[in-house]
Amino acid sequence: MLESTIHVKIKGETLSELPLDLYIPPDALEVYLDTFEGPLDLLLYLIRKHNLDILDIPMADLTVQYMGYVEKMKAIKLELAADYLLMSAMLIEIKSRMLLPKPAEIAEEDDPRAELVRRLMEYEAIKLAAQRLDAMPMVGAEIQVASAYYQHISQIKPPEVSLDDLIEAWKNVLKRATLNQHHKLGRAELSVREHMSQILRRLKEEGLLEFTALFDVVNEGVPKLVVNFLAILELAKEGLIRITQQGAFTPIYIQTNLSE
Amino acid sequence: MHEPENITEMKQILEAALLTAGQPLSLDEMLKLFAGRMERATLRMLLDELKAEWTDKTLDLVQVASGYRFQAKAQYSEFLARLNPERQPKYSRAVMETLAIIAYRQPVTRGDIEQIRGVAVNPNVIRQLQEREWIDVVGQREVPGRPSLYATTKYFLDDLNLRSLAELPPYEEFSQAEMPLSD
Repeated sequence: MLESTIHVKIKGETLSELPLDLYIPPDALEVYLDTFEGPLDLLLYLIRKHNLDILDIPMADLTVQYMGYVEKMKAIKLELAADYLLMSAMLIEIKSRMLLPKPAEIAEEDDPRAELVRRLMEYEAIKLAAQRLDAMPMVGAEIQVASAYYQHISQIKPPEVSLDDLIEAWKNVLKRATLNQHHKLGRAELSVREHMSQILRRLKEEGLLEFTALFDVVNEGVPKLVVNFLAILELAKEGLIRITQQGAFTPIYIQTNLSE
Repeated sequence: MHEPENITEMKQILEAALLTAGQPLSLDEMLKLFAGRMERATLRMLLDELKAEWTDKTLDLVQVASGYRFQAKAQYSEFLARLNPERQPKYSRAVMETLAIIAYRQPVTRGDIEQIRGVAVNPNVIRQLQEREWIDVVGQREVPGRPSLYATTKYFLDDLNLRSLAELPPYEEFSQAEMPLSD
């Protein structure tokens, strides 16, 4: 099929093969098909190529030649040929209607080719317009837009930082670190409950203790002393110890309630 | 900061804003520069003067659809292009023809485009144009299926250096006139 030659007569001139400028080896036919944007494009090519009068298209010649191309397409790429086949049907229909005897009163504008001619001319106009658009200078290609650098281009302005700000921030970090340290000790190493147990254990061994003896002010830090004091209060609250004092400013004694 | 007191200062502010904007500035945007102390007519006059002042320099002040912008004069474009050797890939004929139909016949549906081109529209073609922000959907035609109506955007005009669709090459140029007659 691909080897078959097409016999087309255009204005008396017989064409027996694909025009040279269109010839592509059969295995590359798909590529060649892609060079046409559709049946209108192919028809326009044939009309322009053979210098046919678009306003007086020789339907038989054009249809035969068009069919020659479409036959080749069908063999290769059926789905692509659908649009082309529709056009074939239209061409044949127009040709058939032209063969019918015209009633005398039919006016000139009722030429069966009129709609095809209108579509071809419309398509050609769009095709030329597209070429013109494509050739126009465009931003990103021929047009360079000025864009001097200014910070607002990045929209988000970074805040300014002075040396004073930095020093202030460092001081805050130190302050918070100190607080955290104490707090951490309180939670990690000291627990009121733990101290309560220790105090009870000592009271069990020694019976009676002076309040001050429960505080090792030399070796223990303030936090630990505070927790110790809290533990004593908690023990008293729970009724596990008894706190006594004979008079104002006299020593305070602590003993377990059980020891009585 | 003090508000500009004379024409020269006002033009300098406009110039700085336009040079650093990186995109067209509309009249409304430029009016903001003067905190309501500028009349539109005065602004237009200042822009005309600014444009004239740049005539002998390297940039043109041009008006496009979205507003005013400075751009390199055409005579430098080939040199500037050497900075970016990878040229923009060309759009296919299908894309350009679809764009031409939307530009000249808008608003159009996909069906309208198929009718004129005589082939089915590849969705990819529409997508490429939408991604470029050259076209968008402006509504639906009230027929069965409610097909989308496509139109070109301001960015399309901006990118082609146009103020309005009226500045496109006239459609009549392409119809009839360029059709060679048979012998």
